[in-house]
Amino acid sequence: MSNDKHDKLVNLIADMEEDEALALTQELIDEGAEPTSILEICRAAMDIVGQRFEANEYFVPELILAGEVLDQMSAMVKPLIADTTEEDDKVDSGTVLIGTVHGDLHDIGKNIVTFMLDVNGYNVIDLGIDVSPQAFIDAIKEKSPEIVGLSGFLTLAFDSMKETVEAIDEAGLRDVVKIMIGGGQVDEQILKYTGADSFGLNAMSAVNQCKEWIGEAA
Amino acid sequence: MSDKSGAELYAEREQRVQDAMDLKETDRVPLSMFSHFWPATLAGITFEQAMYDYDAFNDAMRQTLELLQPDMYALNQTYICVGPTLELMDFKQLEWPGHGTDPNVSFQFLDREYMKRDEYDAYLNDTTDFFLRTYMPRVAGAFEPFAKLPYLPAQYYFKMIRVPTAFAGDDMIEGLEKILAAGKEMRKMLKGALGFAKDMAEQGFVQSIGGTAAAPFDNFADYLRGSKGAMLDLFRNKDKLLECMDRVADNIIEDTIAGAQHNPSRQIFIPLHWGLDNFMSPEQFELFFWPPLRKVLMGLIEADLIPCVLWEGDCTTRLETIADIPVGKAVYWFEQTDLGLAKSVLGDITCLRGNVSSSTLITGTPDDVDEECKKLIKVAGKGGGFILDGAIGLPDEAKVENVVAMAESVRKYAN
Repeated sequence: MSNDKHDKLVNLIADMEEDEALALTQELIDEGAEPTSILEICRAAMDIVGQRFEANEYFVPELILAGEVLDQMSAMVKPLIADTTEEDDKVDSGTVLIGTVHGDLHDIGKNIVTFMLDVNGYNVIDLGIDVSPQAFIDAIKEKSPEIVGLSGFLTLAFDSMKETVEAIDEAGLRDVVKIMIGGGQVDEQILKYTGADSFGLNAMSAVNQCKEWIGEAA
Repeated sequence: MSDKSGAELYAEREQRVQDAMDLKETDRVPLSMFSHFWPATLAGITFEQAMYDYDAFNDAMRQTLELLQPDMYALNQTYICVGPTLELMDFKQLEWPGHGTDPNVSFQFLDREYMKRDEYDAYLNDTTDFFLRTYMPRVAGAFEPFAKLPYLPAQYYFKMIRVPTAFAGDDMIEGLEKILAAGKEMRKMLKGALGFAKDMAEQGFVQSIGGTAAAPFDNFADYLRGSKGAMLDLFRNKDKLLECMDRVADNIIEDTIAGAQHNPSRQIFIPLHWGLDNFMSPEQFELFFWPPLRKVLMGLIEADLIPCVLWEGDCTTRLETIADIPVGKAVYWFEQTDLGLAKSVLGDITCLRGNVSSSTLITGTPDDVDEECKKLIKVAGKGGGFILDGAIGLPDEAKVENVVAMAESVRKYAN
């Protein structure tokens, strides 16, 4: 019976039925369900959301709502987990460092890419907006990501991306990371201009690029 | 340089643009000059100077027009030379050079939740009161004391006689003084800008913007609920959001028509932000975005105004839907949508505008720009109904020689 409810909850989340999904989550908690099993349900639902996004059935509103539901469910479940261990299934997957480059304060595109990479099992470290080249370098040294994602909406980001790639190079780190760029009016020409390794027009191309570079995440 | 008089040039350019909007063949494709800080880049002043030094930016604009000789231009001063006013009113929705961004980085809007999720009823029940006592205090420090005003529709007789006391508090006096100072500053800037526009008109330069408007969904997503809040409301507050869209459309129509009365151009600039292909589904677009936007377009067209809609991003999947407007009454400016494709769907319906890519204007060579413009003029300009412009106007960082190549292309290539 519980499995039926689990399947139902997966579908409610994936179908954007926020209120019903949260109510059923509470019901499962009240019935004494394992908190980790509810987090598993979240993951299964996010897989479906990701697939529907990839298939152009879902767009930004669905991703944002799914993220909100996920946050609320985590908040309900996490206090019940005795010792908050890190999510161990992400330990061996690739790490992607991401941020909006210096001077640019936009974050929607970056957040969507972050969400989709996260859903696809990558360990994503989000440095936020208006990130200086030095902050990227420091984070590369500290976190050892395989991939760095530079996001930017405004045209000023073209130069900021170029400066960031050059700074990573000058810091002797260019060979240890792959760099992908995206956002706003970034295109093939800007890829060449910045010296990055790849550019993408949407979140799925970022996911596919990561898969190509470091394989499927766990 | 032309030996025609300013009046002759003005009439010729105005007619060329009008003919393009009327979908008629023109002697050549008209050139638009729309920008933010590119004139500052040309003149070698910082973006911060552009926002604060009215004379310096007027001079930068003059240099730009004289260099490019466009068929129409946007009077940038009205949205660039606002630094002192922003400071005086303690405006909170923007960061700008010297106030959050570097001296040579453009101002940027702060995407926040300025109207909360549970305030739809307040908005719908009494929009003016919601603006006066709730929204405006959130967006500018000078308006903050308005939050303490009494609910005005409930005041009468002796209660009404007591209303002025609300205006005599120390914080209200301070707020009103800031508003007064900001208003005077804005008038000073506008006086200079309008004087500039008059001088330029005498030299034959035609303005392109007679007012601005927004798509109702963008109005809500950008300035009220924030993009995240608005996207969530597609699910959480669907009915109220739709009710608001209708309300916003009416408000925008009324305000835009009133504002455009004394302007030299009938074109209303409508930049769009959240309706593009990658952001919402076709179904969401056709429910939340297009109907209220179409209502605005129709309202403006009925008032003999010309909506000039900037479809930002890629709007390829929207083309069939947005074709549902009267013939020859609007301009559709596309940022990334392929203009050849747009021409095939919309060519008989609306004048197209755009879309020399920002990447080419910033990082390419004059030859690259020339090649791109040539292609656009051939494809989108065929048979008339096309105005050449940058993808989103001239990017702030565009190389001067590239912009010159773009300006020269309209005189070089027949459509």
